[in-house]
Amino acid sequence: MEPLSIDNLKIYNPNKKLETIKKIGLTILGFGVLMLLVSLTGVSSTAPILFLILSFGFSILGALTYCVPQYKEAPPGIKNNKIFFNSFTSKGTIAWITGIIITGFYVLLYWFPNLLENWIRLLDPISHNLRGIKADQWFLYGTFYTLAVLVMGLKIIIKYRHNRYQIIRTLSVMFFQFGFAYLIPAILHKLNQPEYYFSYFWPLKYQYLFPDTIKGLFNSGGIGYFMVFWGAIMTFIATPILTYFFGKRWYCSWVCGCGGLAETAGDPFRHLSDKSLKAWKIERWMIHSVLIFIVVTTALLWINSAMKGAMLGDVSLTFSKVYGFLIGSVFSGIVGVGFYPIMGNRVWCRFGCPMAATLGIIQRFKSRFRITTNGSQCISCGNCSTYCEMGIDVRSYAQRGENIVRASCVGCGICSAVCPRGVLKLENGKPEGRFNLVK
Amino acid sequence: MEHLVIIGNGIAGITTAKNVRKQSDMKITVISSETKYFYSRTALMYIYMGHMRFEDTKPYEDWFWEKNKIDLIYAHVDKIDTDNNSLSLNNGEKISYNKLVVATGSHSNKFGWPGQDLPGVQGLFSKQDLDLLEENTKNIKHAVIVGGGLIGIELAEMLHSRNIHVTFLIREELYWNNILPNEDSELICKEILTHGFDLILNSNLKEILAGENGRVCAVRTDNGNEIECEFVGLTPGVHPNIDVVKDSKIETGMGILVNDYLETNIPNVYSAGDCVEIKATKENERNRFEQLWYTGRMHGEVLANTICGKRTKYERGIWFNSAKFLDIEYQTYGFVSNVRRDGEKTFLWQDKDMKRALRVVFNEKDYSVVGVNVFGIRLKHKVFEDWIKTKKTVNYVINNLIVANFDPEFFKNFETQILNEFENQFPELINSNIEKALA
Repeated sequence: MEPLSIDNLKIYNPNKKLETIKKIGLTILGFGVLMLLVSLTGVSSTAPILFLILSFGFSILGALTYCVPQYKEAPPGIKNNKIFFNSFTSKGTIAWITGIIITGFYVLLYWFPNLLENWIRLLDPISHNLRGIKADQWFLYGTFYTLAVLVMGLKIIIKYRHNRYQIIRTLSVMFFQFGFAYLIPAILHKLNQPEYYFSYFWPLKYQYLFPDTIKGLFNSGGIGYFMVFWGAIMTFIATPILTYFFGKRWYCSWVCGCGGLAETAGDPFRHLSDKSLKAWKIERWMIHSVLIFIVVTTALLWINSAMKGAMLGDVSLTFSKVYGFLIGSVFSGIVGVGFYPIMGNRVWCRFGCPMAATLGIIQRFKSRFRITTNGSQCISCGNCSTYCEMGIDVRSYAQRGENIVRASCVGCGICSAVCPRGVLKLENGKPEGRFNLVK
Repeated sequence: MEHLVIIGNGIAGITTAKNVRKQSDMKITVISSETKYFYSRTALMYIYMGHMRFEDTKPYEDWFWEKNKIDLIYAHVDKIDTDNNSLSLNNGEKISYNKLVVATGSHSNKFGWPGQDLPGVQGLFSKQDLDLLEENTKNIKHAVIVGGGLIGIELAEMLHSRNIHVTFLIREELYWNNILPNEDSELICKEILTHGFDLILNSNLKEILAGENGRVCAVRTDNGNEIECEFVGLTPGVHPNIDVVKDSKIETGMGILVNDYLETNIPNVYSAGDCVEIKATKENERNRFEQLWYTGRMHGEVLANTICGKRTKYERGIWFNSAKFLDIEYQTYGFVSNVRRDGEKTFLWQDKDMKRALRVVFNEKDYSVVGVNVFGIRLKHKVFEDWIKTKKTVNYVINNLIVANFDPEFFKNFETQILNEFENQFPELINSNIEKALA
């Protein structure tokens, strides 16, 4: 037998070169962030394009330089080394600082947008081109959000380049965020049409089935009719059908913007979700309460509308404000994203999202989707449970050889990816035998 | 009330306890001096690599044991007195039992090498070993691992994740060549080299040398090479841990001697898991040692029945096992010998970049499949178990391979490639010919 030679093999060794590249990346990112801060003072108005490049451009370049080579240099495979040693990904000081910064950004965005004025102005050139008007705080937010999904999405694609499910799924969330949640609303704006997100539906986008919204859309003519039609079809027909065939994942981890951010920018924090039985109990109470609240409110608003306001008066606006503050801003924004580094990347999706609740009920009771397990091959290592962003104790099913049929599973497929023994597979199949309960 | 006492809280002991609880109300006590709560030994490596925390390796939350009335004692058993059905613990406590299960697992092998007990030299089996490893590998740069088995490659991967350069010293011609056929071993060797480990084949450890500080400083091999290092991992397999029964009347050989019912020579005393030596029942057979996670679990399941009054014979059925060699997953079903056995033929497919392979061993007379080794492709346990049990022909298996595929959705399929290669290697066995050949 020929002796094995290492000459013709590409040797991977985590080396000093890589550390240097990471440091360069951090430096560039630091410079970009510094320029962002400098821009806040207003100097940027002297040369907006230059500052746009220096701040946004360098931040993106720095982030990519930091994270892409470290995955690209290493052989394809699972890359979870040191996740629990790194301050950023294990609730250390850096995680808390990051959490506070993101939360702070949300506070400014919601309640003190004037403090972000100079950032908003930085985006004027883009906003003018895309939307035909100057930027506002929501355009700033949308831009940040979309950039995060795209840049970190690219990282995910390289990190999971051995896994086609992850690649395709990530491309999908990037596509829907950039196209459906960023470009199309901007173009609608330019065409003087009502703003509409074709990738968000009632009950997540609760307003889309409120009487006032529908009246408003009808008033804007043809495209408004289409939007109402689209919203109703997606909620009442497409959602149950798609969920029946593919499970909740068609939306939560393939289309949704919240899911898109969680799966890309939120990926470094997926293991922070609480796996305890107690958390599961709280989850079921909370998420279904939010759903019931939205359903009842929507019904009341329609009754009220049919009675020409005799019952509730002009309550819809008040509702929107209260719900928008508590659930929309505080829960989905501050807790949902700001607390990524502390509570994990799916807090909103797991505990609060009424759309996830609806999809979950369909997935649990009437769907072809399940995660199957592979005979007796499970070694109970717990990688699946640890990396489940929804806090599902996947191992408890896998070690019994039982299929996983859970309302909360968003079908991200990471449990299957991190399993070292090939035990888990996401599948759509015949409803018969979907539950193979093991005593 | 009957009292079942189990010594050892590994997979064998805990599976016994859980399955007895499903069938009986008897008092159950599990004693361990390793950890208070059951954890998954297979996940020790992930703790060191930072993929998981220790608490994530516990398959059950701490309240589980009290809820299921399984008492846990964190202590060491010093003495077993089978005449009086009692145990003495190192905390002075005495415990009496009606039924006793000894499930004490393994110790790492050491073959009397000079220097094998030096500071900085260790094996890896227990939580204590992991803690010691943390200590022993602080700030070191170079480690030598002796023994090319499953624990060896895991330890190598662990150290590598901490940027410690690994030299892998293997007695065989190729990695795990006493179990794997040459081509399969070669595939893993290439994977090892791709990750940048030094691989020294055909070499035996002669002695371990100490430096001035009394710690290990080098190893010397039988061909005179001296390799400097700051740590030596000894991973040439494990042997039954029978310390606790040594001074008792329980009969031992290399392990605790049991029959096919996992009963020892003493009535009401049983043994399960790594520590057993199952007595041969036929003339030309040898006593068996089964030191896998899976066999430990199966022992526990069967033994629980016996303890609850349904005396059940342990039959391990169609053999299966799995591992992950760095980034390459491995599964095996049935029996694949490292050297070709009389009356058997082998079909082998490897993909061009040596990341995937399928080996099917079959009987050359009736073409029934005897065993399969698969690398980089996930196969369904139940399907292969059934195919081997029902003596499906190699032709049938290769043509129906897609039925057994368990890779995630969208993964590239290799079935056609495999079929082509099969027709290439065994033209006489393609569909139409096999019936003729069999007739």
